Amino acid sequence: MRFLLDTEQRAFAKTLDGMLGSSDTPSTIRSWAAGDPGPGRTLWSRLAEAGVFGLAVPERHEGLGLLPVELGVAFTELGRHAVPGPLVETVAAAALLDRLGDRAPAETWLPRIAAGAALVSLCAPDAGSPYALDADTADAVFVVEDDTVWLAAGRGPLQRSSDPARRLFRPTGATVLVEGPTVRAATSYATDVAALTTAAQALGLGRALLDHTVAYAAQRTQFGVAIGSFQAVKHRLADVLLALEFAQPLVHSAALALASDAPSARRECAAAKVTAGEAAYAASRTALQVHGALGYTEELELSLWIRKARALRDAWGTPAACRSLVLAP
Amino acid sequence: MDLDFSAAENAFRAEARAWLTAHVSTSRLPSLETAEGFAAHREWERALFADRWSVVSWPEEYGGRGVSLLQWLIFEEEYYAADAPGRVSQNGINLLAPTLFEHGTPEQRARVLPPMASGEVIWAQAWSEPEAGSDLARLRSTAQRTEGGWRLTGQKTWSSRAAFADRAFGLFRSDPAADKPHPGLTYLMFPLDAPGLTVRPLGRLDGKPAFAELFLDDVFVPDEDVIGAPGEGWRVAMSTAGSERGLTLRSPGRFTAAADRLARLWRDEADPADTALRDRVADAVIGARAYELFAYASVSRIAAGESIGAESSLNKVFWSELDIALHETALDLLGPYGELADDAADAPAHGGWAEGYTFSLAGPIYAGTNEIQRDIIAERLLGLPKGRR
Repeated sequence: MRFLLDTEQRAFAKTLDGMLGSSDTPSTIRSWAAGDPGPGRTLWSRLAEAGVFGLAVPERHEGLGLLPVELGVAFTELGRHAVPGPLVETVAAAALLDRLGDRAPAETWLPRIAAGAALVSLCAPDAGSPYALDADTADAVFVVEDDTVWLAAGRGPLQRSSDPARRLFRPTGATVLVEGPTVRAATSYATDVAALTTAAQALGLGRALLDHTVAYAAQRTQFGVAIGSFQAVKHRLADVLLALEFAQPLVHSAALALASDAPSARRECAAAKVTAGEAAYAASRTALQVHGALGYTEELELSLWIRKARALRDAWGTPAACRSLVLAP
Repeated sequence: MDLDFSAAENAFRAEARAWLTAHVSTSRLPSLETAEGFAAHREWERALFADRWSVVSWPEEYGGRGVSLLQWLIFEEEYYAADAPGRVSQNGINLLAPTLFEHGTPEQRARVLPPMASGEVIWAQAWSEPEAGSDLARLRSTAQRTEGGWRLTGQKTWSSRAAFADRAFGLFRSDPAADKPHPGLTYLMFPLDAPGLTVRPLGRLDGKPAFAELFLDDVFVPDEDVIGAPGEGWRVAMSTAGSERGLTLRSPGRFTAAADRLARLWRDEADPADTALRDRVADAVIGARAYELFAYASVSRIAAGESIGAESSLNKVFWSELDIALHETALDLLGPYGELADDAADAPAHGGWAEGYTFSLAGPIYAGTNEIQRDIIAERLLGLPKGRR
């Protein structure tokens, strides 16, 4: 047993972190939110070159193999930098298409996903949401219901999310792509991948929120001293670190369970999702409180992180749904 | 990255499980916080020791099996899953022994460790004083130099298991003139039946005499019972404090076993429509799993040559709060039976929740309060500035 990321995995995280750190993601996020996906698509291509989407595509379809542990590592960094776009949806759709009995959709889409040429959205009303994220930019919107996979033909009007970088649409005019008993199992696996990658994204988001807030608390003075020296502030930040530190191993073990197709995978992904989601949300609440009125300001870049935390907490498995799965027989 | 156990680890687990299945009685021993229970638990320690299960991670020469930290975690998982009796020797095994391994002399280890492992000598911790709880720098009890040893005078309190234990270990001020409060402390071991020493049992929140006050009036301790150098007691004690907060005091097996029992209780007793209670059960189950996985990650880091320092404070806060959440949720599930003491005639047959609950309430208080731990987390792990407490 060695429950630790290896050197290569850590180096991969560092590379992504460095690349995203020099990419001015805040302006990319603001453009994306305003309906200009140009900078976001450029960043998407760079992520593909770094191998991010290949991690969700098996080698026979020109990917690196479905590698949940590495996906977890990558999505933590994507979350840390609040990268916009249907990231989770694209990798979950890749997992879905790969597991359908019909090989044609996989052959059409997976090589393009791996190469970063296709942004794909996925909508699974049974998994909680009737909306497809970023359907206006996605090259394809898949909808899964019961034992049918649909390809959406159009979309309704934009439904504004509390996170402006998440653009939600109700898919319309779907045509049947694949139908049959393999769909349910494939969907179940794909939603687990979505829960895992959303959890990892939340974890990275929460870590960034904590880092920003600790730095601010050490520098901002009130009553003549740094506010980070007040026990009330310290203890709140200590609780954020605690929540994130104990969510981390749940994300890793969920990834391992998915990698080995373990029967516990569904439960472990749900446990990771609820814990990381709640930890990131608590981090955002603390970030807002410690930054005070500054944190309540839209102009501050931190707002982009704060507003995403609540949405990620509920996407691909609300806390209640996840807790219910954890106790399912 | 993997969570797979080796063949040897699986074999060790099977051996431990087989032994526990054959030896753990289906009827619970009386509470170890009573005189009768204390004696029964001492017998259980002897049985564990006879087959070398009492201190599996210790070297063989002291009665252990010399197994790895991971195998120790495995043993603990099996131990709690088998619902085996609480460890009356835990103060010695978990707190004093690591200190002796790090700072003791070979003579001290050879003399103190085997009878500790067998339950022949049971140890109490004597750190706290009326004026000094988490702030050990305020200790006032003194150790005065005398021919061949030291004379101890003062008062210790809230000393766990001292009501029935044989010996104790604690810190004493040996140099009142030291310029700072931390130097000038000496770490000593002493017998609880020494001339000049009075033990007064103190009732715990549930009335059981689980700890005691110690009054020391010129109690003689020979030089051989000083651990580390005189005046260096603070530094020596800090290594014990790390053990106390970290993994060695509260292995994950304790919580995963309790979470399993809680999940069973929920399936058997709960109203499935009560989603608020369901969510709390789920959180306790997830929390126990998170703690277990965090331990595996820590063990992996230690095996890779890293050291775990202030992070033991993360452990301390997490397990102490998890322990309370587990027990509070169980009591709520039991409804009107939740308030019954474990020895009440109507107490739930799967008992133990009442005493476990009382015990859990002490978690955020001992081993350095959780407020102190959160300060350590904020200052040493997050790098926030020191401030007034």
